[in-house]
Amino acid sequence: MKAIAPPGEPRRIGYLYLAPGLLVFGAFVLFPLGHSFWLSLFEWDGITAGTWVGFDNYGDVVSDPALRRAFGHALVLIGFYALLPVAIGLLLAGLLARARVRGLALFRTVLFLPQVIAMVVVAVMWRMIYDPNNGALNELLRAVGLGSLAQSWLGDFDLALSSLGLVGTWVYYGLAMVLLTAGVQKIPPSLYDAARVDGAGMVREFFAVTLPALRGEIAVALTLTTIYALRNFDLVYITTRGGPGESTSVPAFQVYSRAFESGQVGSAAAVGLCLTAVIFVITLGINRVAERGAR
Amino acid sequence: MRRSIPAAALLLSLVALGAGCGTPGGDDSDTAEKADKEAAKTVAKPDVAAAGDVTLTVWDQEVRGGQEAQIKRLNEAFQQKYPNVTIKRVAKSFEDLTKTLKLAVSGAKAPDVVQANQGRPIMGALVKGGLLRPLDPYAQALGWDDRYSKLLLDLNRFSSDGEQFGSGNLYGLSQMGEIVGVFYNKSKVSEPPQTLDEFEQSLADAKREGDIPIQFGNLEKWPGIHEYETVLAKTADKEQVRDFVFAREGASFDAPGFEDAAKKLQGWADDGYFTPDFNGTAYDPAWQQFAKGKGRYLIAGTWVVADVAKQMGDDVGFMLMPGAEAGADPVSLGGESLAFAVTSKSEHPDIAAAYIDFLTNADAAKVLAETGNLPAMPVAESAIPKGLSADVFAAWGRLAESDGLIPYLDYATPTFYDDISAAIQELLARKVDPAQFISDVQDKYAKFAESR
Repeated sequence: MKAIAPPGEPRRIGYLYLAPGLLVFGAFVLFPLGHSFWLSLFEWDGITAGTWVGFDNYGDVVSDPALRRAFGHALVLIGFYALLPVAIGLLLAGLLARARVRGLALFRTVLFLPQVIAMVVVAVMWRMIYDPNNGALNELLRAVGLGSLAQSWLGDFDLALSSLGLVGTWVYYGLAMVLLTAGVQKIPPSLYDAARVDGAGMVREFFAVTLPALRGEIAVALTLTTIYALRNFDLVYITTRGGPGESTSVPAFQVYSRAFESGQVGSAAAVGLCLTAVIFVITLGINRVAERGAR
Repeated sequence: MRRSIPAAALLLSLVALGAGCGTPGGDDSDTAEKADKEAAKTVAKPDVAAAGDVTLTVWDQEVRGGQEAQIKRLNEAFQQKYPNVTIKRVAKSFEDLTKTLKLAVSGAKAPDVVQANQGRPIMGALVKGGLLRPLDPYAQALGWDDRYSKLLLDLNRFSSDGEQFGSGNLYGLSQMGEIVGVFYNKSKVSEPPQTLDEFEQSLADAKREGDIPIQFGNLEKWPGIHEYETVLAKTADKEQVRDFVFAREGASFDAPGFEDAAKKLQGWADDGYFTPDFNGTAYDPAWQQFAKGKGRYLIAGTWVVADVAKQMGDDVGFMLMPGAEAGADPVSLGGESLAFAVTSKSEHPDIAAAYIDFLTNADAAKVLAETGNLPAMPVAESAIPKGLSADVFAAWGRLAESDGLIPYLDYATPTFYDDISAAIQELLARKVDPAQFISDVQDKYAKFAESR
């Protein structure tokens, strides 16, 4: 008589259940990834036979000043896309933890709205707002007597990247806030009561109770927004196309311009994979830190 | 250690997956030879009616307004004339076409006729891959050489190995011309300037009177190329510009007149002759401001003619940038629309060539003019529209007669669009002086020239 195997045995049968998902994942994620890696080892214009160049394209990512600058810009954008929104989100969440606000749902919806609008629309809108001569921002500054602060927001070599970054802040602080206020609401009120009994003020309460309890949410918010920051393409494409000069060029835009405009498919693939690696490492780092703290 | 095992396995499997693909692009050792043989053939005039039932697949990007109208009319007329031919039109936006064309043409079910963008990245790459058919035999049989000025044909020429742009085999024909010229507000400029000095005087006058001399939006980076080349057409020899754009032997950006153009343009920026904060102003708002009556001049392409005329009516004129002396042969930046080309994989090259012939003959020119386009080929006097378009047609005629067009600089190397547009933004923002501008751009060009 055959022994009846315990449920789930033989273990290998598990792969059968995995198969459908794995096949799809393989076909649409793993295979393209592998193929990109393969392409990145060539100098290829997209049509004629490619030339094997090994890891030269990766060397260029480090040695080509234009690409290095693009990655530098992406790191600056993390500040605007991830750190700033999360900081604003935390501030709002901290305030909401203290006081119960009437019409909270309404505020949340309004603040979250930018997140819902397609990035393309956001970009077109901000291009108009930033227009130096007739844009809403400069008109507003002039109307309130601050005309001297009116700027060529996207045309100034030193300002353009920050101007783009602030659009990112505007889009993503709503996301951070929603994640963080949701987190705040699940903190037991007894913790706050205890802190207050111990004589903690508003600031102390924030650092002793709110911040540690939100560790997980902060990690999620940072991960999401960092990814958005690093893969930022549409905003640059629609507004500055990397300009003025090269002051807002970012890796994702370089991938596009190399692959579709200048026929450097291998280099585009290498830049894309490096970008993937950077995103992977940074998000891994964020989650490691968050996990370690949780223990 | 344990963690690295799945990671290594993943990496290995990725490489293995990729390795199955072989060298991308495949083998193309003898395509140049084949193309040359093809180009040297002589063919009879294609007899479309006798060809039996044929379906011609055409990829075009004529999707906007008058462009869509003309291609629909011409397609219909062609099918009416030859009921045995069915045209299967695949219309795509320009951006879409640019992204998908290479894949489509190299695939198994390649279209018969495609619109290929001039220059190395698209047409050059397709020629290099042996994916386009040289049309020289048809040009001879159908008399295409008489239809266009030399430069317009050269723009659609490549050597059979795709290395030399601007000479060699003919790979396509374009329907429409475009000029980058000077629009002027007639209510402010009663008598258009006849020389460059007069033009600059007029700019100074405008500035003094508190008007914007030249409306200019350079946020998208490329408009700067048009301003620079409009001046370059006056300071440099047209052949020298062409040599550079086609990257001919010994061509250089450090050529006589190139720095003068940079100096002049930077001078204009310094003197406040452009829209304030032009590097942060987008292209469309700039010409829209001009159309609303703000500003004296606008340097722009003929693609804004319809919109500007709609807003300004008879208050706007179009001229070519005047030269040092009045009445000299005109030279101006300009070009032509994407070329209709025949793929190597097409099974009906004769029909395809006859179709392209039909899109560019004298009747087609009339249709183009009637639908609000500027035909690249000569057009009957009676078909020329009135108003602002009349100025444009006249300018095009003069340029064709004297072969006065200089092509867009960004054709020069695959990355030149980015290189030159960024450099001009820097020049106009005084980040670099004209000499530095020339040497920076030349360095980038030299890198390409060396790699060939």
